[in-house]
Amino acid sequence: MINSYRIALAGNPNTGKSTLFNALTGLRQHTGNWAGKTVSLAEGTVKHKDKTYQIIDLPGTYSLFSNSVDEEVARNYIVFEKPDVTLVVLDATSLERNLNLALQVLEMTRNVIVCINLIDEAEKKGININERILTRKLGVPVVKISARNKIGFPMLLDTIDRLVSGTIECNPVQTTYSEEIEEKITTIESKIRSLVGNSISSRWLALRLLDGDEALLNEFNRRLVLNDQVRREA
Amino acid sequence: MNMKELYSEAQAISSPQLRDDIVQQLYSRSRELCDVGVSYTKTKADTRTEKLDAIFTSKIWGFPIMLTMLGVVFYLTIAGANIPSSMLAEFFGWLENYITSAFQFLHAPDWLHGILVLGLYRGSTWVISVMLPPMAIFFPTFALLENYGYLPRVAFNMDRLFKFVGAHGKQSLTMAMGFGCNAAAVMSSRIIESPRERMLAILTNNFVPCNGRWGTLIVLASLFMAASFTGGFKSLVTTGVIVGIVLFGIVVTFFVSWALSKTLLKGVPTHYTLELPPYRRPKFFDTVIRSSLTKSWTVLVRAVKVAAPAAILTWVFANIHIGDTSILLHAVGFLDPFGKMLGLDGYIMLAFILGLPANEIVLPILLMGYLSTGSLTEVDSLVDLKQIFLDHGWTWVTALNVMLFSLLHYPCGTTLVNIYKETKSKKWTFLAFLIPTVLAILVPFIVYQTAKLFGWV
Amino acid sequence: MVKSNKISLFQGKKGNLIKISSISLEGVMRRRLLDLGFVPGAIVEVIKKSPLGDPIAFRVSQTTIALRKEESMKIEGELVNHD
Ligand SMILES: Nc1nc2c(ncn2[C@@H]2O[C@H](COP(=O)(O)OP(=O)(O)O)[C@@H](O)[C@H]2O)c(=O)[nH]1
Ligand SMILES: [Mg+2]
Repeated sequence: MINSYRIALAGNPNTGKSTLFNALTGLRQHTGNWAGKTVSLAEGTVKHKDKTYQIIDLPGTYSLFSNSVDEEVARNYIVFEKPDVTLVVLDATSLERNLNLALQVLEMTRNVIVCINLIDEAEKKGININERILTRKLGVPVVKISARNKIGFPMLLDTIDRLVSGTIECNPVQTTYSEEIEEKITTIESKIRSLVGNSISSRWLALRLLDGDEALLNEFNRRLVLNDQVRREA
Repeated sequence: MNMKELYSEAQAISSPQLRDDIVQQLYSRSRELCDVGVSYTKTKADTRTEKLDAIFTSKIWGFPIMLTMLGVVFYLTIAGANIPSSMLAEFFGWLENYITSAFQFLHAPDWLHGILVLGLYRGSTWVISVMLPPMAIFFPTFALLENYGYLPRVAFNMDRLFKFVGAHGKQSLTMAMGFGCNAAAVMSSRIIESPRERMLAILTNNFVPCNGRWGTLIVLASLFMAASFTGGFKSLVTTGVIVGIVLFGIVVTFFVSWALSKTLLKGVPTHYTLELPPYRRPKFFDTVIRSSLTKSWTVLVRAVKVAAPAAILTWVFANIHIGDTSILLHAVGFLDPFGKMLGLDGYIMLAFILGLPANEIVLPILLMGYLSTGSLTEVDSLVDLKQIFLDHGWTWVTALNVMLFSLLHYPCGTTLVNIYKETKSKKWTFLAFLIPTVLAILVPFIVYQTAKLFGWV
Repeated sequence: MVKSNKISLFQGKKGNLIKISSISLEGVMRRRLLDLGFVPGAIVEVIKKSPLGDPIAFRVSQTTIALRKEESMKIEGELVNHD
C-alpha cells in the first residue's frame, strides 16, 4: 500500500506508550502504572487524512544498549525493521532520564518524532516545557501531548503526516563524545560505511562495536544469513 | 572485510571505560537540554506521592495495608458476585426448560439432547454464571489499583522477604498478574532480568490462584466453610477463607523458591532495581470499561471454548458403556483408591485430569460426573449443589482438600505451553508440572491423615 | 558553605543529597545503574527505607529507584550538605 506507514512507539517504561497506542488505535493494550507490563509487540492501525498508519507498541526500555531481551527487541525493530517514523514517548515529569533515551534513538535512525507525554501532570507540578527550543536543539519535531486526556493528538498526527510526506525533514542531533572516543569512531566509521552503506547509521554502528555489543553482531549475522537464503531461494 | 573483523578491530582500540563515558555524556547532554528547555514556575514541590508512600510503605502500616487491600479486593469480588451469579444461574436454568421443550417438540433423539443440552449447554453456562460476575468485578478493581501505581509499592515492601529466599522482589508483580491469569503472568516474568530469579518466578507462579480457580474456591468456601453464616457476614467468612488459601499459596511460593535456590537454582541473588513511579489517578471510566468488558470477555470466550468440548466429552464418557458401567465410571473406579488416600475421590481426580486444558472446567466436570450417577437431574441452587456433594460423602475436609489441590496442582495447559515458550526447556517445563503436582498430593494427604488421626472426620 | 565527605548511598540518611563519585560494580548491574542515571557526577537524594529496612528508595534523574543494600553499598559519593 502506498499510503500506509509504520510508526513505532519507543520510550522508557511507564511513559504512556500503551495508553497512546490504545487512544490512537482504539485497541485495548494492557496499561498500568509499573515498569515492564508490555511484553509483546502489539500492532494496530489508525487512519488520518489520506494515510493509514500501522502503530507498533514496543516494550519500554531504560536504554537501547541491549542489556536485556526487551532492549534487543526494541533496538532490532528500530534499526532493522526500519519503521517510517519512530515516535519516542517521553515522560514530561522526568525529562532528564527520558531525554537520555531519546538521544540514543536519534543516533540510530533519522525519522524521529519526540512526543512529550503526561503534559497534564507536568503542568500540575509547575513544569513548563519549551518544545520549540527542544525541537531546535534535537533537530526533530517535538510535540507535547497527554495520551490519557487525548490532548495534542491533532498536532501529533499532523506532524507525522508532514514527516512521512516529506514536508518536514529530520536532522537528528548527534551527541558528541570525548575527543578520544570521537577519534576511535572516525577510525572505523568509514570501513563500516563501505560495508553497510547507508542502510544503517555508520556512526551508531561504530559506537556499538566499540562498546562490544555482541548481541548486535549476532543479530547482524543472523539477518545476513537470512537474507542470503531469501536471495538464493528467489 | 566483514562485520566480525570490524568488531574485533573496534574491540582492539576500545577501552572498558567506554560505556561509562558514553552514558555519562548522554546524561550531561540531557541535563543541558533540560536546563534550556524546561522551567519551573511553582516553587513548592508536589508531595502527594511522598505523603502516600509514607503510609503505603510505612514500617508499621505497610504490611497491614497490603493485607487489607487483598482482603478488600476479594470481599468486593465475592460479595458483589453473589447475586449476579445466582441470577445468571436461574436465567440459564429457566432457558434450559424451553430448550428442552423445543427438543421434545422436534422429537430430537435423547442422545442429541444429552450432548447438546446436558453436556454443552450446562457445562458452558455453568462456567459463565460462576466465572463472569467475579471476573467483571475483580478485573476492574485490580486494574484501578494497578493503574494508580500501588503494585510497585508491594514489590518494594516485599523485596526483603524475596531476597531472603533467593528470589526477586519483582516476583510479587508477576504473582499479582497471576491472580488474573497464570499464563499471562508467566510471560510478564520477563521484567525480572536475571535468568535464575526469573525461573523461580515462572516455576512458582502457579501457586497464585488464577481467576479460573476462584470459581471453585469461592463456591466450596461458601458452601462448606461459611455455611452457618448468612448475608454479608457469609461473604466475609468466605473472603477470610479465600485470603487464607491465598496466603498459604504465598507461603508455599516462598518455601519452593527457597528450596529451589538452595538446590537446582543455586546462586546468589543478582541485581535488583525497581522504579517507584508517582501515583497517578487513572481515568476511572476508561480503565473500568477496558478491563471489565474486554478482559472478562476474552477470558470468558477462552473458557467457554475449552468448557464446551470438555463438557461434551464428559457427557459422552458418562453415557457410553463398556460392559454394564460407563467409561466414566471405569475411570472413576480406577482413580478412586488414590483419591481416597488424599481425602478426595475418583470423580475429583478425574475432574482435575480432564481439567488440564483450563481450570474453569474442573467443577462443571465434577458435577456432571456426580450427576451422571445420581438421581438428581437439575441443579437449581447452591443448596442442591451442596446436597450433591454431601450425597457423595463430602465433609469439610473434602472441600478443604479440593481447594488445596486446586491451589497447588499443576498449571493449566496454556500456562505450560507458555512456560515452555519462555524457558525453551523441556526439563524446566516438566519441573513446572512436577513440583506443584507433588505438593498437591502431599499437602491434602497430610491434612486428611491428620484429620483422621484426630478423629475429625 | 558546602562541606563534603565520602559515604556510600547505603549509609545515607533520609533527605541526604549525595554526589556520586564511584560505582564499584561490574557487568549488567553497572550498566543498568548507568542507564537509570546513577552516573558519576549525578546527585542522588535518599528518599526512604522499605518497611523491612532494605531496599532503599533513591531519587535520581527525576525518578525514584529502589536499590538493595548489596548494590547501594557499592555506590559512593560525597555528601552534599546545604547549611
Ligand atoms: N495523568 C496522565 N497519566 C497518564 C497519561 N498517559 C498515561 N498515563 C498513565 O501512566 C501509566 C502508564 O501508562 P502505560 O500506557 O501503561 O505506559 P507504557 O509502559 O509506556 O506502555 C498508566 O497508569 C496511565 O494511566 C497522561 O497523559 N496523563
Ligand atoms: Mg506499555
